[in-house]
Amino acid sequence: MTDPEAVGGLGLRWLEADGPDADIVLSTRVRLARNLQGHRFASRTDMDERRRICDGVARLVDSSSLPGGARLLAMEGLEAHSRRILLERRLVSHDLVGRVDGAEPAAGAALLAWPDAPVSAMVNEEDHLRLQCLVSGLSAVDAWSLVDRLDVGLGSELPLAFHHDFGYLTSCPTNAGTGLRASALVHLPALVLTKEIGRVLEGLDRLGLTHRGVEGEGSRFTGNFFQLSNQTTLGRSEEDLIEHFGRTVDSVVEKEREARQVLLNAGPRMEDLIWRAYGLLRHARLLDYRDLSELLSGVRLGVSLGVLKAPAIGSLNRMMVFAQAAHLDEAAGRALSAEERRCHRAEYVRAALRDPGEASTSDAAL
Amino acid sequence: MSQADRSCDSADCGNRASVHLTQVVDNQASTQYLCKTCAEAKGVGPLLAPEKAVVDLVSHVVDGAGRQEGGACDFCGQTTVDFKESGRMGCPECYTSFETLSRRLLRRIHGSSEHVGKVYVPPDPEGFVSGRQMADLGRRLERAIEAEDFERAAVLRDQIRGLDAARSR
Repeated sequence: MTDPEAVGGLGLRWLEADGPDADIVLSTRVRLARNLQGHRFASRTDMDERRRICDGVARLVDSSSLPGGARLLAMEGLEAHSRRILLERRLVSHDLVGRVDGAEPAAGAALLAWPDAPVSAMVNEEDHLRLQCLVSGLSAVDAWSLVDRLDVGLGSELPLAFHHDFGYLTSCPTNAGTGLRASALVHLPALVLTKEIGRVLEGLDRLGLTHRGVEGEGSRFTGNFFQLSNQTTLGRSEEDLIEHFGRTVDSVVEKEREARQVLLNAGPRMEDLIWRAYGLLRHARLLDYRDLSELLSGVRLGVSLGVLKAPAIGSLNRMMVFAQAAHLDEAAGRALSAEERRCHRAEYVRAALRDPGEASTSDAAL
Repeated sequence: MSQADRSCDSADCGNRASVHLTQVVDNQASTQYLCKTCAEAKGVGPLLAPEKAVVDLVSHVVDGAGRQEGGACDFCGQTTVDFKESGRMGCPECYTSFETLSRRLLRRIHGSSEHVGKVYVPPDPEGFVSGRQMADLGRRLERAIEAEDFERAAVLRDQIRGLDAARSR
């Protein structure tokens, strides 16, 4: 269904689970908001201006200032299905692909990406450029370093909007200054089970971190997965923001590990939860994605604690991505009905748990 | 992750869920999946909430600023009324056209209106860095030294050196 040349393996590097604390911190993303000098922001641009902005980025694709192998995917030129795949991989936002079902993406909306690197940039989203790096585990410093390199490359060719006092200028003043938003997708089942989660989230708020759902701003969480990110972007250096963010998320990871030990030592309740989740996934014939998220939470906890010997954390990451609607349609080679999708999802997960190599085999079609 | 095939949790509603509402009550998290209509009927607007918070804040700061910076941005034509409605700047020049307002707003949002992060070196630094900008940096450096904020002074000195070096290249 999808043009494999277009989407391919983009945005899948973090699935390998090779970063620090990858059992709890699924991924870290560092995003930089940038705008071009001499252009209006998205809310006031017309179609022509958006196209000119995109053309400016397109001319850089083969530039020596950027890493080789860059690919610019115009959203207008992609099928709706391919755009949904990119959305499910968290490479593009709803705003870039068109928030309402069936709506066409805006003129000039594009994704600049590299098949072999975890960096990418959305073109003509709320800001002209939204650079991002998505890596496995708690690796904010690495992600910042990679996205900074991309920023320097782009900024050496395209004049960016910068004010000596206010820093990088953005459409929304909440992003001005560094334009830097670091976020980590974390799995905190033990803090939820021990009912400590409310206190921890309140504490994060006081430390300048906010929590959101997996899909980012405006969404909420499921399956004990939370997205933590810095609230402010101005008045602190990038290194300071990254260091504070990494340290704070690390303290949450420690609290989660402590809570897991407490639960493990408190009787068979947690082991029972883990084995029930595993059993259901191993035998279910129909699965909603929400059910899957919640059951994968139990299995992930089991693997992290060594209660379950398999599958690997990387396989669980793959299931979270490849059991989503557009990815299931892709594997089936057609648009499935909602009922068919639940069936295909359950089948995919059973196969992956039977043979941990299966999760990567099924998605090899992409 | 996508919830594309999830139905709304409200009784007798078969619409596709597009809002995930999680509430933490007494440290207990619970999640509901709702369609947009049912979410609004319950008075929940999580997809709009962050936007609304920004718009409300902008509106408050604009109203507080009175008539200090009326008119429109020279570059894009945005007015403070537009700004109040959208919560968004119209272009980079708006930050200068409404500088007092911007400074006040940034302080409210970030607790600061002074960027201390990396200094951008543009492709054409000579055309970009005006003498006024350098003078501003110099003035801020003096203020920092007077206030014995030597950490800040060091950052500003680096910024001046970086820009100087860029201009002379």
